[in-house]
Amino acid sequence: MMAICRQFMLVYCLLLALPLTAAVPLAVDPINNEIAIVVTEEPQWLNTIKATDQISFIVIDHIAEGLMTKDANNKLIGGVAQRWELTDDKATFWLREDARWSDGKAVTAHDFVFAWQQVANPANAAEYAFLMRLFPNGEDIIAGKMPPESLGIEALDDHTLVAHLTSPTAYFLELVTFISFRPVREDFFRAQGERYAADADKMISNGPFMLTEWVHGASMRMEKNPHYWNAKAIKLDAINVPYVTGDPNAIFNLFMDNKIAMARNLDYSATKMALQRRQKLRSFKDGSVFFIEFNHREGRPAANLNLRLAMRHVYDAAELTYKVIGLPGNSPAYSIYPGFLQGENDSLLSEYPPNVPELDTKLALQYLEQAKRELGVEEIPPLTLLLSDTPNSIKQAEYFQNVMARTLGLEIKLDRQIFKQRLAKMTAGDFDLVSAGWGPDYLDAMTFADLFTSWNLNNRGRYKSDRYDALILKAQSTTDQSFRNRIFGQIQQLIYDEVVVLPQYERGYIYVLHSDIAGVRRSIIGGDENYTYAWITSREELQNKPTDGVSP
Amino acid sequence: MLVYICKRLLSGIITIWFIATATFIGMHMVPGDPLLNDKAVTPEIRANLERAYGLDKPVPVQYLIYLRNMAKGDFGISFTQQNRRVNDIIAEHFPVSATLGVLALFFAAAGGITWGALTALYRDQWPDFVIMFLVIVCVSVPSFVFAALGQLAILRTNELLGISLLPVAGWGTLGHMIVPALVLGLGTMAYLTRLMRSSMLEVADTDYIRTAKAKGLAPSRIFFRHQLRNAILPVVTVLGPSIAAITTGGFVVELVFAIPGLGRYFVQAVQQLDYTVIMGTTVFYGAFLVLMVIAVDIVYGFIDPRIQVTKSVG
Repeated sequence: MMAICRQFMLVYCLLLALPLTAAVPLAVDPINNEIAIVVTEEPQWLNTIKATDQISFIVIDHIAEGLMTKDANNKLIGGVAQRWELTDDKATFWLREDARWSDGKAVTAHDFVFAWQQVANPANAAEYAFLMRLFPNGEDIIAGKMPPESLGIEALDDHTLVAHLTSPTAYFLELVTFISFRPVREDFFRAQGERYAADADKMISNGPFMLTEWVHGASMRMEKNPHYWNAKAIKLDAINVPYVTGDPNAIFNLFMDNKIAMARNLDYSATKMALQRRQKLRSFKDGSVFFIEFNHREGRPAANLNLRLAMRHVYDAAELTYKVIGLPGNSPAYSIYPGFLQGENDSLLSEYPPNVPELDTKLALQYLEQAKRELGVEEIPPLTLLLSDTPNSIKQAEYFQNVMARTLGLEIKLDRQIFKQRLAKMTAGDFDLVSAGWGPDYLDAMTFADLFTSWNLNNRGRYKSDRYDALILKAQSTTDQSFRNRIFGQIQQLIYDEVVVLPQYERGYIYVLHSDIAGVRRSIIGGDENYTYAWITSREELQNKPTDGVSP
Repeated sequence: MLVYICKRLLSGIITIWFIATATFIGMHMVPGDPLLNDKAVTPEIRANLERAYGLDKPVPVQYLIYLRNMAKGDFGISFTQQNRRVNDIIAEHFPVSATLGVLALFFAAAGGITWGALTALYRDQWPDFVIMFLVIVCVSVPSFVFAALGQLAILRTNELLGISLLPVAGWGTLGHMIVPALVLGLGTMAYLTRLMRSSMLEVADTDYIRTAKAKGLAPSRIFFRHQLRNAILPVVTVLGPSIAAITTGGFVVELVFAIPGLGRYFVQAVQQLDYTVIMGTTVFYGAFLVLMVIAVDIVYGFIDPRIQVTKSVG
């Protein structure tokens, strides 16, 4: 026993001999001109050809620049492209001659041609390969019927890129800001083989920053890229990512301990604590809309319009958002379009205001009776609501269950499944109702509007309407924005009339930002948040101070 | 001894094969697959993905390929961490979990043996009641509560002192490990305390203790030399499995304290149906557990010379 005790003491002494703390990056370090942030997960793949997850998007948006990019105010500006021209059948980009990779070599039109061919190349199995159907032969390349080199894009010379389009694409310039359209340099890509972008030293940047350290699952560091053509506009010298955790409370605690510059997804207790410490609360909507989707497949009870109408008139999105979900930042939704989408002069939603369904149990019961007659049943059989196994979804589903039982006497069974299982059941149509949501792929209402076309694979309720399909085809064949907007208004009305889905809420959240940092860009598409143009305000004070020998 | 170890290792390999097969079957019976994602992909892209990951082959063929690679010690490439080999994930993140686990076990064993011995010594007196009450609290409160409270306590202390006494989260120094290890070890500490207490009480009633008392030995000598040493055996028995339980069960603690351990990958893999990582980590942990149990059996011989492992089989 004594021996064991002695061994314990030895281990203990050894442990004590280790340093208790080491230099930890500060949230904001004005002297070294660095900041520290947190990411919720390890980036899954920093290879722009294959990246699909949010965290990879955040990192890539700092280290890789596309033809077009966004400025500090989220305005579309030229990135690697200095000039551009978009017509119905092609887009031409003239590239900056001073655009450089982080090893000093020039970024050329060939780097884009190679990258886009690789996205389409079936050997890479890129999930975003479908984007390359924009170009001639894209579809056949994905299906393996043609070689990737036949993709309808060409480099006229080192600095001129022509992308031929299979159909007019009004939002093409917006679209090329997306991750899959970033350049990849062929010689570097081939030299790394399968390990391309797997580690910090296996990647090369043409963006404002470059990844210099990457300890998997633990930390990252991005330093300013000295070869970036617009380096003088970049004020920060480095962005540290010393923590990887998805726990919102841990993130908030790190923020309160001055270890990270931003904390998001604050719940009520964190919001209260932040207010007590005089933090400025900010809110952001990420452009995702959540709804209850019906199974429109033949033979399913929810395929009956009157049943769906009955549900619409007892379901209160406002009560759900404010009282049931109860997280600050969300707002009730009455449309599948989120608030950020632009119309001609104002937001799309203010130019085409959605109908707010009237809460009327009497009317709903009439619809229900009608539905029972049409379905030829005495009672509607129990309906299955498919949902994911998270506390928030369960709360929402239980509310829905309760409302339907209380007002219409409908029995709703809850089918709780974890992420992939829920997706599998959704895809197979194994549900009556499913709580679902949609986030935009690009900044245009089409990314929401075409969701319920008969050919859209994400239309998991299999809603089918010839009128709906025809409207979308019309909108897709033109670049006339006001005409397209009118169609988007009609689509919204059609979704309401036919109760294709029951909109629930638009997601938003409360966040806090370090008071000494400014210029953080929030974006709905791609990686959010973005620190490219951020700067440390206290550093200016530091620099403006007269040098009187007093160290800062 | 050597024959015994060989036999144990052989049965261990069969156990691991069984674990691997059961996991493989279970995993493929669950609806969905790792290639499913929020946004649906076209059949062509889906086919390309299946080909790239070898999921286009029939499941029995996948099983055979998998077994062959496993025999070579290759667990394949992760579906979600798409550029990383499962072997690398285990090699990089298991040492972190193990370090945390060993420290947690150190707290658990030191605490469990001390508190257990104390409760036995002060049986039915107030130290016994207080400690046993705390034990019940530690057993019944889940670790995520302790983790959150522990982190909040660090934050409040730092705020109060105006300096960073201990880091709120992260990894790299001893300061990063102390609170997470304590939190992680609490449950095991409580369990060991109860085990140690009952074991001590059992020993206290034996003839040799009575003899020692009759001989007039000093109470401290009886306590340390005779009672404690004999009572510690059951505690050693559960230490092996406890190491495995602690190093695998650290998911919540790793998440809250942003520790890059393997526990996080294990749980995320199950949620994401990341086939290769599920198989790799399960088999690895299975092998680890089997080895720990064998190690404990061997250690027995050193603690109690009466136990001769060679005679315990056939």
